[in-house]
Amino acid sequence: MRESRLWFWHILSAVVILVLLGLHMGTMHLSELLHMIGIGSGDPVQSEQVFHRSQQAVYMIIYILLLGTGLFHGLYGLRSIFFELSLSRTLEKLIGGVLAVAGIALFVYGTYVAVLLFQTSGV
Amino acid sequence: MNKSATQDKAILKTVKFEILRYNPAGKESPHLENYSVPITKGMTVLDGLTWIKEHLDSSLSWRSSCRMGICGSCGMFINGLPRLACNNQIVHLHSDRVVVKPLPNYDIIRDLVPDLESLFNKHRSVKPYLIRQDASEQDKPTGEFFQSEQELLNYIQFAYCIKCGLCMAACPTVATSEEYAGPQSLTAGWRYISDTRDEGASERQDVLYSSHGVYRCHFAGACSQVCPKGVDPALAIQMAKRDAFMKGFGFGKARKASSVMSPVQDWTPRGDIPNAPEKTAGNTGSKSEP
Amino acid sequence: MQQRLKNRLGLLGWLGGGRYGMDRYAYALHRLTGLGILAYFILHIFVTGRRLGGQEQWESTMAFFSTPIFKIGEFLIVLAFAFHAVNGIRLILVELGWLIGKPGVPSFPYSYSTLRHKPLFIVFMVFAAALMIIGGADFYLVLR
Repeated sequence: MRESRLWFWHILSAVVILVLLGLHMGTMHLSELLHMIGIGSGDPVQSEQVFHRSQQAVYMIIYILLLGTGLFHGLYGLRSIFFELSLSRTLEKLIGGVLAVAGIALFVYGTYVAVLLFQTSGV
Repeated sequence: MNKSATQDKAILKTVKFEILRYNPAGKESPHLENYSVPITKGMTVLDGLTWIKEHLDSSLSWRSSCRMGICGSCGMFINGLPRLACNNQIVHLHSDRVVVKPLPNYDIIRDLVPDLESLFNKHRSVKPYLIRQDASEQDKPTGEFFQSEQELLNYIQFAYCIKCGLCMAACPTVATSEEYAGPQSLTAGWRYISDTRDEGASERQDVLYSSHGVYRCHFAGACSQVCPKGVDPALAIQMAKRDAFMKGFGFGKARKASSVMSPVQDWTPRGDIPNAPEKTAGNTGSKSEP
Repeated sequence: MQQRLKNRLGLLGWLGGGRYGMDRYAYALHRLTGLGILAYFILHIFVTGRRLGGQEQWESTMAFFSTPIFKIGEFLIVLAFAFHAVNGIRLILVELGWLIGKPGVPSFPYSYSTLRHKPLFIVFMVFAAALMIIGGADFYLVLR
């Protein structure tokens, strides 16, 4: 059934996000600790670091994957919350549609940013 | 009269009952009323309510029947949890204040009487009876369906449900969602799907695996915590999710429903079991008669 | 038919509603952290989109977000993610039928799924707390 399939993708995206967001959190928020033990150079949001990462293919792929899975997982969770609020059938269908459209729009925008930055060779 | 009987009647202390009162025909809005009740040994909350009705306020209303935790009538919200009033001794609440309110998540008819129609409707929607493609055996039985001990253990726990409705009162999803099937009906549905004698899994799919079925359960576990018969609805719902997941991948072979056993041949009775007495009623004993 | 009194708990039923066990509050916290992370995530997509304007625009964006109030908010998101991720691992395992035992014949005092997996639940919470402390240590070093 459709609901079973959506739930399956919710679980799968959760597993993918655990890995990718774990890595992202490690890069962003363990930088000082890692710097103390000799890995990396700290301050991951400094301009050079940010644009250096944007131009690497592996980072582009990771970011696009994280964007897609994150959006699906989060918006499905939001849909769950709405579906437990005793709304009418039509309203439920409408909310499902709005969330799907919003998710796709955000995914397109984020992918566009990632791909564009990858293609430009430095600013 | 022996000593223990006199001791049983001795008053241990006085506790204060705070009971929600609501009369649809009256003018007052719902409010809490206080009653002082003397407690004797072994007195349950239900006994306390009966004492109040007999001595203090005869207008107090509630449902009860068996007073021994098997009929499921006396579900109420007592001191912070949905409980059966007959199953809980006042001293075991460890408080001098007993707050009794009607079960949450149901409409209230009067005082402590909930309207359980929603529970029964959801239970009916799950088709809580054995469904076989060929119903002739059920209409005119010729023998027994085979079921091993392990196959029985897979579902018997979920068959202990007494439809008291405490699980629905505890569930956070039922608190906001009217369409959610709820722990009671999802457990009943799973009880029949996992019963090897049943062939009606596809007829229950629309309830269990819809957008208001098992996937709106998030394992808060309150249902299992309050169940007075140890049915563990949370376990049943997670097993239903697992079943859909495994079947979706093709794991878990689709089992054939159990078939009728042929009569056992060539058996000898054990020496120590007496024979059955002679039939005295006039019927022929044929199993094919209704 | 006479007037029935409405008695549904509503949204308060998500937060509490009675003397329930840890699992019921873990569920509420999981929802709360999920909503927080989602809100941050959507803003994050737009903020990181500012890289399109080049280095100067990126540096001014980062300067705008480096005030303490934003740093504290970011720290809260790290805490939220630590809880949501670890509790999420527990939920994936449990909702696929692991860690909660098998059905049997109930006999008083009853054993049930949430009770059986309580020790593991505590282990998961300790792990989440450890992650929060590590994240906190890094934030402290950054702010210093």
